[in-house]
Amino acid sequence: MTANHPGEHLLRRYARGDDDIAADELWAVEAHLETCAPCRGRLAPDPLATAVWADLAPLVARTPQMPRARPWRRLLHGWVSPAAGPWLAMMLLVTAAAVGLDQAGTTAGGQVPLVLLVAPVLPVLGVAASWGRSFDPAHELTAATPRAGLPLLFRRTASVLAVVVPGLAVAGLLTDVAPARWLLPCLAFTVGTLALGALVGITRAAIGLVVAWAAAIVAPTFAFSRMPIALDAAATPVWAGALAAGLVVIAARRMAFTRLEANR
Amino acid sequence: MCCRSREIENRGRLCAVLPKVKGKPHEEITMNGIEADGLVVRVGGRRGRNAVNGLDLRLGRGVHGLLGPNGAGKTTLIRTLATVQAPTAGSLSLLGTPVSGRLRPVRRRLGYLPQHFGFYKRFKVREFVEYLAWLKEMPPASIPGAVHRALERVGLTDRADDKLKTLSGGMVRRVGIAQAIVNEPEVLLLDEPTVGLDPAQRLRFRELVVELGQQACVLISTHLVEDVAAACTDVVLVSEGSAVFQGTPADLATAGTDAHVGDSPIERGYSALISARTGGGAW
Repeated sequence: MTANHPGEHLLRRYARGDDDIAADELWAVEAHLETCAPCRGRLAPDPLATAVWADLAPLVARTPQMPRARPWRRLLHGWVSPAAGPWLAMMLLVTAAAVGLDQAGTTAGGQVPLVLLVAPVLPVLGVAASWGRSFDPAHELTAATPRAGLPLLFRRTASVLAVVVPGLAVAGLLTDVAPARWLLPCLAFTVGTLALGALVGITRAAIGLVVAWAAAIVAPTFAFSRMPIALDAAATPVWAGALAAGLVVIAARRMAFTRLEANR
Repeated sequence: MCCRSREIENRGRLCAVLPKVKGKPHEEITMNGIEADGLVVRVGGRRGRNAVNGLDLRLGRGVHGLLGPNGAGKTTLIRTLATVQAPTAGSLSLLGTPVSGRLRPVRRRLGYLPQHFGFYKRFKVREFVEYLAWLKEMPPASIPGAVHRALERVGLTDRADDKLKTLSGGMVRRVGIAQAIVNEPEVLLLDEPTVGLDPAQRLRFRELVVELGQQACVLISTHLVEDVAAACTDVVLVSEGSAVFQGTPADLATAGTDAHVGDSPIERGYSALISARTGGGAW
């Protein structure tokens, strides 16, 4: 092979890309160049070829054969569960409805703003929609991935709060409710759902908490037309305590979220 | 008491009749894919039952078929191997690491297609597989190429930009297979992957599985005996939560006689072993 190196003239014509080189000559040159580094060096100085390749290699590695679709979706679903979208929209609607009813003067007994009554329930629904078996069709696929567990749970919960809390903050301003009165119950119920969810499953925990809230707080408020003690400013330490206890339970039972049992 | 002793006797008899492959002098058993000892998995809470009941399993590289009647514990076993269900007792090792505590490193090397493959209808095919690749913590730079390769292997590159809700049942199943193999898993668990595939797709699927089995430990749960005969190097037969047989499809075929129900030798072998186990019965 190496005995017959192509002549200088032929090589120059090849490099220039002349079309009048005979086909058999062209093949011979090409085949020879593939196996003969010195001739490749004659064609283009080796450092140059190396430099071009060094420039190109990372680009080639980065360029997918297929472009990635809709980058916003990728960023969004790093935080929001793909199943939770409609539910997050619904939460904003419920908040708006509560404000509307408050403004129209349909408050419970003329004393308790509706915003206070819905604030703890909204994130519970959001968390259930993000992690519950009946809401998320791909929950079993997700549960088997390395990202499942506390990191993903916190991302998804944070995305729920990022929708609910600003919504409630605006509602609070409009209806003149101090943030401290709705924020702590809201957070305590969020953490409570996760803590209880680690023990009995998120869906069951959400149903249990919503029913308990409706029976113990909402129904008596409407029945007796008075401010429940739980929503009084004096109850703040109790809510803070519940929040802390919930966090402890989540930390202790964190492995539950890597298994299917937490989706129940 | 008497039932218990009969069960043990039964098991002993089967073991004596059927050659175990454990001692097979083959270089392919060098990889520690799945190792389970006395695995017990309780389902249904306190008043539940042991869906997997004292199961021993050793699986290395290759394609392994998991056969058994409905309710034998196949899905519970696959879920346990996929680490989404915690075993109640016994020990389980995947790829040489015990499954307890930190699951993340071993899960990165796992592929799983559940029996009920749920998906997001509004996602495009490519987006869905990309999302799963992200959940599997693949390096972001490698995701587009890996997704492309996975879709190519299941023949869906031309549908990559279609929404999942526009796909037929067989195509959805192939998306399921694509998400399972996107991270080039070393242990691949497929629960009834051929349901919904037409005959031509099933043939193509078997080819793919044989190809994957050269690199990885592939476990396929199925009730289609012909899938096992065509694609599997090894069969595990489970009944009532424990393994009653492990061997080659040919070994399974020799267990049956003409007196047993079935259209093919393997089917007859299957019914012979299952009826020996459960004492027979119409269903």
